[in-house]
Amino acid sequence: MQLPNPETLLSDISAKILTQLANPDLAESSALVGIHSGGVWLMQRILSQLKTEIPYGTLDAALYRDDYAQRGLKAEMQPSNIAFNVQDKHIILIDDIFYTGRTTRAAMNELFDYGRPASITLAVLINRGGAQLPIAPQIVGAEILLKPNESLQLSQDTKGKLHLSLETDDVSATDDAKASHV
Amino acid sequence: MYNPQLDADGNLKHLLSIEGLPKRILNQILDTAETFVGVAERDIKKVPLLRGKTVCNIFFENSTRTRTTFEIAAKRLSADVINLNVGTSSQSKGETILDTVDNLIAMHADMFVVRHAQSGAAHFIAQHVPDNISVINAGDGRHAHPTQGLLDVFTIRRYKPDMHNLRVALVGDVLHSRVARSEIHALTTLGVPEVRVIAPKTLLPTGIEKMGVQVFHDLKAGLKDVDVIMMLRLQNERMNGAMLPSAQEYFKTFGLTQEKLKLAKPDAIVMHPGPMNRGVEIDSSVADGSQSVILPQVTYGIAVRMAVMALLGSGFPSSLQSSAGGTA
Repeated sequence: MQLPNPETLLSDISAKILTQLANPDLAESSALVGIHSGGVWLMQRILSQLKTEIPYGTLDAALYRDDYAQRGLKAEMQPSNIAFNVQDKHIILIDDIFYTGRTTRAAMNELFDYGRPASITLAVLINRGGAQLPIAPQIVGAEILLKPNESLQLSQDTKGKLHLSLETDDVSATDDAKASHV
Repeated sequence: MYNPQLDADGNLKHLLSIEGLPKRILNQILDTAETFVGVAERDIKKVPLLRGKTVCNIFFENSTRTRTTFEIAAKRLSADVINLNVGTSSQSKGETILDTVDNLIAMHADMFVVRHAQSGAAHFIAQHVPDNISVINAGDGRHAHPTQGLLDVFTIRRYKPDMHNLRVALVGDVLHSRVARSEIHALTTLGVPEVRVIAPKTLLPTGIEKMGVQVFHDLKAGLKDVDVIMMLRLQNERMNGAMLPSAQEYFKTFGLTQEKLKLAKPDAIVMHPGPMNRGVEIDSSVADGSQSVILPQVTYGIAVRMAVMALLGSGFPSSLQSSAGGTA
């Protein structure tokens, strides 16, 4: 399968986010939140294109996941860092790959423990299909329908360039654990 | 080698002592604790990890501070917490430890936090409980107090991240201190090159050198150029007979004052596991001074206990490992 260039997709969603931030009603009370790890890389790139300063933070929703009882904590958690006041903010939540919606749910639950945002918009690089919850991204770079045994990974090289890779798990079955916490 | 603290996959199953825990597990606990430090700074100081789980604090020996920090840690993980001061209840009516434990198992407890005056009590209970229950040692006799050791190491790591380049001194009643043993194990496992113990001969266990520490009987000599000073509490209640002339005399020779603190490195930190005997092992001006990290230790203690419980709480039987929901 020909995978899209993640740098192009990032430009697309950056443009959409910048448009949204240009709205004077939202601009003053907006904030960006990236979900570890891919969402944080994307957020940093988007921040670097902004002309004005905007509050931002990072989330690792691991402590709010619904599969803790099955899998425990993943080995490398990143501390969440939301240093701004979430109350009444219009938050743009950024993740790399949207799949089941469970990470988004966990991230939203965590955000609400910091305060009550005015709104949350979900921006993702790729929606790979397969939502299991009534959650969908509003800002999407590309939609690519993948099978359950396939997993898409975003990585960042030492120069900060983004790469996408597709892995196929032959064992398939129900175990998408190997898809890791993308 | 069989290690009662680890399961077949090498994950933490019980926390009984730092002795025998590989560096990988120690680092996992400390890294996980970093995540929990931030939880306490939020509006809602709670995460849902242990929702629906019951943590039983079984304290056969009183310790308000330790029990309180375990209780706060469990509650911040959303667990239900039951506190049992067994010293004042069933045991005084003649019930055995295992009967007490069996009753709590019958009430579907998921995790035990055990404090007992006898060394080995937590091991004993860990061997008795079924697979789905984890045991945390909250202090057993003179043997171990692993979460205190871990929180001390965590505090050191936060202030002095380069553990491989540190000189750490433990000062005081090493003989009666379960904290000291836990700490020495943790520090040496994590690669701290120089650990000193400073104490009068009567307060040092024989053969302490075999734990890889340098022994000093003179506080001034021992404090020279250290990065971290860990004061130990003079355990009055454990002291039988005349091991020391008097508290005043002890303060003169082994109490930490501003003047003696100057012998350590200028950026040295001062720690104490609490409760402090001001004017006995530590002068108030040091305890409340700018180099003291005694209260941050308490704060970090909660994060470390949350980390331990979070890592233990996922240890469920493999039958539960069915279709996991997905990830993204």
